Amino acid sequence: MRSTRRRVGALLLGLALTVPLAACGSGGDGAGGATTLDYWLWDDRQLPAYQECADAFHAANPDITVKISQTAWAQYWQNLTTQLASGDAPDVWTNQSTYYPQFASQNQLLDVEPLVQRDRVDLSAYQPGLSEVWVKDGKRYGLPKDWDTMALVVNTGLLGKQGVDPAQLENLTWNPADGGTFEQVVAKATVDTSGRNGLDPAFDKNNVAVYGFLPEWADGANGQNGWAVFAAANGFTYLDKNPWGTRYKYDDPKLAETISWFKRLIDKGYAPRLDKQSSVANSELLIAGKGAMSIAGSWTILTFTDEKVKQEFAFKPVPAGPSGRRSSINGLSDAIWAGSEHPEQAWKWVKFLGSADCQDRVAQRAVVFPAITSASQKVDAAHQAQGRDVHAFTEAAKKDTFLLPVTEHGTELNPIVQDAIQSVVLGDAQAADALKEANNKVNALFK
Amino acid sequence: MVASKTATPRHRDDREVFAGTGEPVGRPRRRDDRKVAWLFLAPVLVGFALFYAYPTVLGVYYSLTDYGMLAAPNLVGAENYRDLVDDDKFWNALEVTGYYVVLNIVSQTVLALALATLMHRLTQSVAIRAMLLVPWLVPNVTVGLLWMWMLDANIGFVNHVLRAVGLGTTGFLTSPTWAMPTVAGINTWAYTGYTALLLYAGMLQIPRYLYESASLDGAGEWRMFTRITLPLLRPVLALVLVVSLIGSFQIFDTIAVTTKGGPVGATRVIYFYIYEQAFTNFRMGYASAIAVVLALLLGVLTAVQMRLLRASRSDLA
Repeated sequence: MRSTRRRVGALLLGLALTVPLAACGSGGDGAGGATTLDYWLWDDRQLPAYQECADAFHAANPDITVKISQTAWAQYWQNLTTQLASGDAPDVWTNQSTYYPQFASQNQLLDVEPLVQRDRVDLSAYQPGLSEVWVKDGKRYGLPKDWDTMALVVNTGLLGKQGVDPAQLENLTWNPADGGTFEQVVAKATVDTSGRNGLDPAFDKNNVAVYGFLPEWADGANGQNGWAVFAAANGFTYLDKNPWGTRYKYDDPKLAETISWFKRLIDKGYAPRLDKQSSVANSELLIAGKGAMSIAGSWTILTFTDEKVKQEFAFKPVPAGPSGRRSSINGLSDAIWAGSEHPEQAWKWVKFLGSADCQDRVAQRAVVFPAITSASQKVDAAHQAQGRDVHAFTEAAKKDTFLLPVTEHGTELNPIVQDAIQSVVLGDAQAADALKEANNKVNALFK
Repeated sequence: MVASKTATPRHRDDREVFAGTGEPVGRPRRRDDRKVAWLFLAPVLVGFALFYAYPTVLGVYYSLTDYGMLAAPNLVGAENYRDLVDDDKFWNALEVTGYYVVLNIVSQTVLALALATLMHRLTQSVAIRAMLLVPWLVPNVTVGLLWMWMLDANIGFVNHVLRAVGLGTTGFLTSPTWAMPTVAGINTWAYTGYTALLLYAGMLQIPRYLYESASLDGAGEWRMFTRITLPLLRPVLALVLVVSLIGSFQIFDTIAVTTKGGPVGATRVIYFYIYEQAFTNFRMGYASAIAVVLALLLGVLTAVQMRLLRASRSDLA
C-alpha cells in the first residue's frame, strides 16, 4: 500500500517536473512542416504595424507563422542575452547599432551576405548609409528596417508669447562662444516666476517657471538626445573610424567647448541645473509646459502631436554650427539568430520585413521612417495628410548626417562618458580634464 | 528558554516508546532517528543545494573566468580580481554603499527602537502595529516610484511646498549631495515599521516585573530604557542589526527605479554595479568576482558584529 502510494507520488512529482520543462522547449513546429518563427521588438507603438506585416507574410506563406513578442527597451537586451545564453533565442529580432557588435563578435548573428547575393536583394533601395552599418569584415548581420534623425522640438505657444516668430527658427545658428541666434531664442523663451524673460536685466535665474531649453544628461556615450548635434556642429567626431573604429576622441577640444557652453547656459538660468533637475523625461516636462525647447528624435513625433497633448509643438531643424547643420542618423535592423533552426524561413521573413510590401504598411501608420526610401516618402505624405510638419526630420536625413558610434564595448562606454559629462555640468570638473580622463578609460577598453 | 523546558520531557517519552519495542532503555536507536531526520530534511537540502550551494560554487568558478554569457567561459585565473584593485568604480561603489549602510542602519535602528519602546510602554494597539507594517508591504518598486514623483524637482509635491515657504528647489534625487541620503530616507520609511515590530516582539520577552520593581525604586523611563530594555534586548537587536546590515548592502531596487546609480555615480552601489557589469556589459566573470568579494566582506562584518554584541547569550537567563 505504502509503496503504491509512493510510486504514485513519484510519478506525480516526475510529471510536475517534466511538464514545465517540455513547455520550455523552443517554439514548436506544428504537424506537416509548418514553422513558427519567434520575432522580437521593443517599441509598442510599432507592434501593430509589424503584426500587420506578420499577418500578410503568413497569408503569402501559410506554412510559416510569425509570433511577435514585444518587451520594453529597459528589459529587451537583458532578456535577449539571457535567451541567447540559454540557447533558446528568437529566430529574428530587432537590432540596434550600440548593442549589435557584441552579438556579432560572439557569433550569435547569421551572416546574410551570401543570401543577399543569392537573392539579389537591392540594397540601393535603402536610405544611403543605413545598410553598411550592419557589415563587419565582409559579413552582413541584418537588413535595415528604419531610420531616425533629430530635430529641435519647440513649444510654439510659449515662444509666441515671448514674441518669437516660428519662421525665425528655421535657420538658427549656434557656436560655443556666444551660442549664436539659438541662445538668443533660448534666453527669450526662458521665463521666471514673475513673467520676465531671460533677456530682461531683472530676470531671476533662481526662480524659473519655464526653461528655454531642456538638455538631456542621461545620454550615455553618444549624446543622441542632447549634446551630439551641437558637438557635431562644432566639428566633433566620435571616432577614428565609424563603424568599427578602435580609438575614441572624447578628448577633442570641440566636445569640451560644447559641454562648457551648456554649463554656461545652465549658469545663466536658461536650462535646469542637473542637481535640481526633474527625474521626469524631458518629453513629459515639455508636454507639461515646463520647458520651451529640446532635442527630439523622429520616433517621438507622435508623442508630441498626440491629440491629448494640450501644448502646441513644432519640429525645427537643429541649429547650424561652425561645421554646419548636423543631425545624427541611426538605424535599426532585423537580425537572424545564428542558432535558429529555421534559417531559410527566418531569412524569408527578414527579406519581407525589409521589402517595400511590409515597409509601406509600416509607413501608413507613420510611427517611424522605414529604411526603404520610397516607403519613407509615404510617411512624409501620411504626416502631411494629418497636418503634421515633419520636414525637419526628413531634410536632416538628406545631408550632413553623422552615424552614432558602432564599435565593440558599446555599452561599457556609456557610464564612463556620461559620468564625465555630468561632472562637468554639475560644476565639479573642467570639461577638458574630465573628458580627457574619460577618453583614456574608454580607449583602454580597446587595448 | 520556554522551548527547552518542554523539549526534555518529550524526549523522555520517545525513549519510553523505544523501550516498549524491546530496545534496551537508555540506548535509543540513534541511527534510525538520523535516517528519518535526513528524510525530512531532504526537500530543504535539495533546495539548498540547487539554489544556494550550486550557484555559489558556480559563481566562484565564474569569477575566475571571462564568462560573458554568450560564449563558453575560459579560465583567466585571478585576472578579474586584479582588475578590481584598479577599478575606481568598484571602490567608489564600496564607498557609497558604506555611506548608505551607515545612514540607513543608524536612522532605521534609532527610529525603530523609539517606536518599539513607545509601543511597549504606552500601547498594545493592534491597529498601530498594523499601520507600521503598511509601508513594508508596499513593493519596493512602487515605493521608489511614489517617492520619485513626490520628490521631483519640477513637478513634485514636496518641492512645491518647499518653494511655497521660500526654501527653493532641492533636487533630492538628482543632486550628488542629496541623492544618497534621500534613497536612505526612502528605505528607512519603508522598513522602520517592520524593524520596530521585531524589536517590539523582543521587548515583550522582557518580564514586566523588572519594570514594576524599577519604577518602585524610582527609576524614570529613560533609566529603564538604558538599564533594562537595551541590555535585555541585545540578542534581538543583534539579529536585527545583522539582518539590516546585510539587507542594506543589498540595496538595489530603490536605486534602479529612482537614480539608476547617478548622478555621477553618487548612488552606484555595489549591487547596482554588479548588475551593470553582468546584465548591461555582460561581463559575468567580472560581476561574479565583485559578488565574491562582497560575500567575503559581509561574512567578516557579520562575524565581527556577532562577536561585538555577544549575540547568542542573553542576559535574561
